[in-house]
Amino acid sequence: MIKLKTPISEETARSLKVGDEVLLTGTIVTARDAAHKLMVEEKPDFIREHLFGSVIYHCGPVVKKDADGTYSFVAAGPTTSSREEPYQADVMEEYKVRAVIGKGGMGPKTADGLKKTGAVYLHAVGGAGSLIAKKVTSVDTVYKLEEFGTPEAFWVIQVEDFPCVVTMDSHGGSLHKDIMEMSGSIAKELMEK
Amino acid sequence: MELKNAMLELLRRASTDLAPDVEKAIRQAHKNEDEGTSAKNVFGTIIENIELARKASTPLCQDTGSIICYVDFPVGESEKKYREALEWAAIEATKLQYLRPNAVDPITGKNTGNNIGINAPYMHFHQWDKPEVRVRVMLKGGGSENVGTQYRLPDAALKAGRDLKGVRKVIIDAVHKAQGYGCAPGIIGVGIGGDRVTSYALSKEQFFRALGEKSDNPELAKLEESLLDDLNKLKIGPMGFGGKTTVLGVNIGLQHRHPATYYVAISYTCWAYRRKTMIIKGSEVSYD
Repeated sequence: MIKLKTPISEETARSLKVGDEVLLTGTIVTARDAAHKLMVEEKPDFIREHLFGSVIYHCGPVVKKDADGTYSFVAAGPTTSSREEPYQADVMEEYKVRAVIGKGGMGPKTADGLKKTGAVYLHAVGGAGSLIAKKVTSVDTVYKLEEFGTPEAFWVIQVEDFPCVVTMDSHGGSLHKDIMEMSGSIAKELMEK
Repeated sequence: MELKNAMLELLRRASTDLAPDVEKAIRQAHKNEDEGTSAKNVFGTIIENIELARKASTPLCQDTGSIICYVDFPVGESEKKYREALEWAAIEATKLQYLRPNAVDPITGKNTGNNIGINAPYMHFHQWDKPEVRVRVMLKGGGSENVGTQYRLPDAALKAGRDLKGVRKVIIDAVHKAQGYGCAPGIIGVGIGGDRVTSYALSKEQFFRALGEKSDNPELAKLEESLLDDLNKLKIGPMGFGGKTTVLGVNIGLQHRHPATYYVAISYTCWAYRRKTMIIKGSEVSYD
């Protein structure tokens, strides 16, 4: 098990390989569809310092607001990453992001982006919402909550020992591509049966 | 019996308490995977999450989905009463974090914040001859909804004709394309026949059939069983990491079609397969 702490250096990100299991600690930022569109089209500065050397988490959490105005995460598993494929590589380069956490993997454009920027794609267990919320130790701040709504806002959070698997690395490795090809040839055989 | 509170309890249970047949299938899948593999670890995490969500009464998955509700009621009952009760319950369940606000205006992008909107929650009403009321609810996650698909047979590219062989081919194709995007291992609901709309509706209703419960139609029962075997040979595995379990079940329904059309609609649901049924008999309410 590899322990990763944000900010992550480019050297560390490049040392990771597909199949490595990691425990991530530090600052991460949730961002999904509306957030990625905004980061590509308008390149806002408010999120820059939070993302430098840090991690984007494809997650639309269930969040509780306490009486004192502070927030806590109730359920927070990963959402499908492929929707961010048109944006992800540009976002990583623009904001110097070192890792992206999601589920399902991403395509060739992101794979090239990981190589260029020196970053990795981390896969968390989809659907494990209650369990992953336990790894979120605090919510620092939130951006665009009113405009984007709870699931799509930028939540800046602290996590401790968040478990993930590296499924795409900066050397062109992708578990998702491998499984797609392997299962594709089996599917072809099955259809001919 | 207070209908509004009963509806709220139905939503709470649907979001936090995985159905026993699904949990059993997941525990079996966990046993089947080899030690030290990612697949084994994923199932371990999933089981830990199921137990925690139930104990803490927190959502199994942060995507608490779209609320889809089917009400069967006797003669003389009012649809309005059930609609109002469900809307109240959805608002309360959102406040209590059993549900994430998931109703977004497609034009403005604005989230209503309480799961209430045009056609949200979606309700199907059906009058039946029984004296009791049955309310079935499904929380359908967006990720798994996105990998659902519809085929029009014949399909030249797949060489799928207008028969069960053709149906089998397109189901294999759909599950291959879904990979891990819809949170595998999934459950596959298939609707054969009908029109564009009703084939999808039929495919989704299949999710209320318990895992392992065979189709009444012997031909379909045979196909369901053989497909469950074949789809697991794809080795996509939980989360698409590779492994022995790619799907937990295949439920197929059919309806008559127009001579010119042959639709096969395929709905996919993630392992966090959230559905609950409530039966109201007089003042008694039971949940299943």
